[in-house]
Amino acid sequence: MNARLEWRVAKLSGVHHETATARTLQLDVPGWPGHLPGQHVDVRLTDEDGYSTQRSYSLAAPADGDRIELTVQRVKDGEVSEYLTDTFSVGDPVELRGPVGGWFVWHPSRTAPVLLVAGGSGIVPLMAMVRARRQARSRAPFRLLYSVRSPSDQFYASELRRLARDDGGLDVATLYTRSVPTGVMRPPRRIGVADLEMYGWPPQFEPTCFVCGPTGFVEKVANSLVGLGHDPRRIRTERFGPTGG
Amino acid sequence: MTQDYQDGNALAGPLAELFTVDVTAATGRCVSCGHTGRVADLRVYAQAPGWVARCPGCEHVMLRLVRSPDAAWLDLQGTLSLRVPLPPA
Repeated sequence: MNARLEWRVAKLSGVHHETATARTLQLDVPGWPGHLPGQHVDVRLTDEDGYSTQRSYSLAAPADGDRIELTVQRVKDGEVSEYLTDTFSVGDPVELRGPVGGWFVWHPSRTAPVLLVAGGSGIVPLMAMVRARRQARSRAPFRLLYSVRSPSDQFYASELRRLARDDGGLDVATLYTRSVPTGVMRPPRRIGVADLEMYGWPPQFEPTCFVCGPTGFVEKVANSLVGLGHDPRRIRTERFGPTGG
Repeated sequence: MTQDYQDGNALAGPLAELFTVDVTAATGRCVSCGHTGRVADLRVYAQAPGWVARCPGCEHVMLRLVRSPDAAWLDLQGTLSLRVPLPPA
C-alpha cells in the first residue's frame, strides 16, 4: 500500500536537449520512493493569482537515488509544456507528485517477450522500459518500433543505436513518417500492419505489447495488433490525447 | 465524439489523492452497455472542469472527478462495479 499521494517540490538540476522542441529535465526530488518503468508524474504550475494547472509526464529513466528524468515535448499553446521547455531553468523549483500509474508498467522481473510501439513522444515511457531492462540485466526479448516524423524529431537517437548494438535481445526499428535519412529503404509512411508483422513478434510468442502515442496512433496500432491475432488482454496502451499540453 | 481524449492512465494521480490502491488497474463495468475493461482504458476528457471518463464501448460517462480547493467530488453513477486487484489478504 502506498502512502497518500502528496505534492512535492522538485528542483531542476540539469537539462539535455533531445530535439529543437523537446528536452529532458533532470529533477532532484528529496525522498523520491523509486518507480517502475512506464509510471508517470503529475506536474503542477501555479501563477501569482493562484491559478494552477497540471499535466502528466512519463518518467524517462529509472531513478538515480533522488534524481528522476522527464522528457517534455513542447506543444503549441501548451501552457505547461511551453514553460517546462522554454522558461524553466536549472535551480528552479516545480511541484510534482508521483510516481503514479500501475497499469502501463513493465516489471523488470518478467521474462516474457515485449513489444514496444511508440508514436512520436510516446517513446518516453517505453525508453524507460528499455533502460530499466538494461539496468536489471534482463534477458527478456524486447522489440521496439519507433514511429517518428523525421530524423530531427527522434529522441534518444544515439543511445538507442548503442543499446541496440550492445544489449543482446533488444531490437530497434525506427519507422519514419515524413522524411527518411539516406540509406533507409522504407519510404516515409505511417506505421501499418506490415510494419507490425515485419518488426514485431508473431502473436504465437505471446508478447506483452505496450503502445504509447497520440490517441489516433494508439487506436490504430492496438486495433492492428488485435487484427494480427494478439490477445487484447496482453495489449496495454497509453494515449496522451491530441496535445499533451 | 472526437479524438480529443486521453485515457484512464491520466487519472492515476488524481485518484491516488483519494485511494491508496491504484484504481487505474481496476476493472470497471459500464452501467449502460455492460462493457468491462480497465479504468486505464477509459476515454478521459480533461477539457471539462475536472475529469470526465467515458466507456470505450458506448461513450457513456462512467466516472467524473472534480477537485475543488478543499474537497474532491467523485461521481461513479455510470460504473456498475469495480474489481480492484489486491495483494493476497
